[in-house]
Amino acid sequence: MKKEVTINVNGTSYTEEVEPRLLLVHFIRENLELTGTHIGCDTSHCGACTILLNGDSVKSCTIFTVQADGAEIATVEGMMQDGKYHPLQEAFKEYHGLQCGFCTPGMLMRAIDFLKHNPDPTEEEIRWGISSNLCRCTGYNNIVIAIEKAAEKMREVEVETVA
Amino acid sequence: MIPASFDYHRASTLQEAFTFAQEYGEDAKYLAGGHSLIPMMKLRFSEPAHIIDISRIQGLKYIKEEDGILKIGALTTEADLEFSDLCHDKYPILVDVSKLIGDPSVRNKATVGGNLAHGDAANDHPAVMLALKANIVAEGPNGTHNIPVDEFFKGFFETALEQHDILIEIQIPATKAGNGGAYNKIERKVGDYATSGVAVNLTVDTSDTVVDIGIGLTNVNPVPMRVSRAEEALKGNKLTQELIEKAGKIAGEDCSPTADLRGSEDYKRSITKELTIRTINKAWERAKASL
Ligand SMILES: Cc1cc2nc3c(=O)[nH]c(=O)nc-3n(C[C@H](O)[C@H](O)[C@H](O)COP(=O)(O)OP(=O)(O)OC[C@H]3O[C@@H](n4cnc5c(N)ncnc54)[C@H](O)[C@@H]3O)c2cc1C
Ligand code: FES
Ligand code: FES
Repeated sequence: MKKEVTINVNGTSYTEEVEPRLLLVHFIRENLELTGTHIGCDTSHCGACTILLNGDSVKSCTIFTVQADGAEIATVEGMMQDGKYHPLQEAFKEYHGLQCGFCTPGMLMRAIDFLKHNPDPTEEEIRWGISSNLCRCTGYNNIVIAIEKAAEKMREVEVETVA
Repeated sequence: MIPASFDYHRASTLQEAFTFAQEYGEDAKYLAGGHSLIPMMKLRFSEPAHIIDISRIQGLKYIKEEDGILKIGALTTEADLEFSDLCHDKYPILVDVSKLIGDPSVRNKATVGGNLAHGDAANDHPAVMLALKANIVAEGPNGTHNIPVDEFFKGFFETALEQHDILIEIQIPATKAGNGGAYNKIERKVGDYATSGVAVNLTVDTSDTVVDIGIGLTNVNPVPMRVSRAEEALKGNKLTQELIEKAGKIAGEDCSPTADLRGSEDYKRSITKELTIRTINKAWERAKASL
């Protein structure tokens, strides 16, 4: 039996009837056509599907859409504000925090949640902080540097973000 | 990977959850954080026809001390434990274990109640709760009942929860001077289940004599295991490295691991021994610091 859900994604509210077994990542990618959120493993390990659910980073391949009824979700598409990149996006670009880019949306969403709990992290803390997300290209070094640099910037300026 | 179809019911109270559970019986499963159940449903190892979502039941998410007992609500997430000031100050064993469960995003969803109710010997909380001599509070349509942790784990994915029971609270004797606990596990990588894990909760007096001790093991036995013989070897005796070494040796001997991708039986016994020694020492260090 289908269920009606209302979910706010990046500031826009959507109401739809969905099958209870519809995974949140499929709702985001297929129903809303927001394909920035990726599917890497489909087994809860890689973090490519990471989004923010009421501000917390979660793996959207391991959540049913019906569980998110009434929630606020942020995906990578919501990071840019007023035509300006978020400091994390800026830093990933500047410090080559990506190569193929497949892991990047999930990595960015995870980094937002991580920096919320720990705005001034050490390198080791960043490595543990992004241990939910796999990258097969960069060897992580530039991702860690990018997050470090973004954190510096974010400590200086108040950042407007849907998250 | 698409799970089989099911009907979804969201309970806003325990009573409502029991009503759904009684209506759908064997075909229904409770859903909390979903981070054990949903992966199993995606693999179609589990195909419940009815899912009863208990995650929004109010009043089951807390960590508090009351009447000499630490009380943890079943819907408390691993991230709640990891960032809890109370746990950091007084129950570092709970911070140890939460940080070693899954990864940061998993910890935002996974609940402590679900970790125990799942009855998986690979999960990390069972060993910790054995070490802490926890009491598990369950509520069913006929009221609440207490289950001492030693009676909780019955077999392979099998617990003492009755059919419609919801685990509502975990109770742990409040920490006192001389008490210290620690958890550690060997994992191949972040997010992996333990190759072996050891939980120790230790109380010593000012002369380092062991007043109380609990030791639990993760994933080296078909069910979560208390190492009773090692506890007996320590209790009432003055702690020395020699004695700790002996307790480690017993843990390695008494567990019953199976060889798999994580290692051979011998390897698992050997790291269980070593981890036991290290974890007792860590707990001892914390116990002394609290005196
Ligand atoms: C990638 C990944 C890595 C992981 N790594 C680890 C790890 O290293 N260590 C570890 O310990 N765990 C690990 N887990 C498991 C995780 O901690 C689970 O979330 C936890 O075991 C179950 O909690 P849950 O709230 O998600 O339960 P659910 O998946 O919702 O439920 C699990 C089972 O318990 C039942 N249940 C849940 N809550 C209750 C309740 N209150 N009363 C009665 N029955 C209930 C459900 O009906 C179901 O049968 C990992 C999970 C993932 C996806
Ligand atoms: S696709 Fe969700 S964790 Fe890999
Ligand atoms: S940039 Fe290719 S996977 Fe990370």
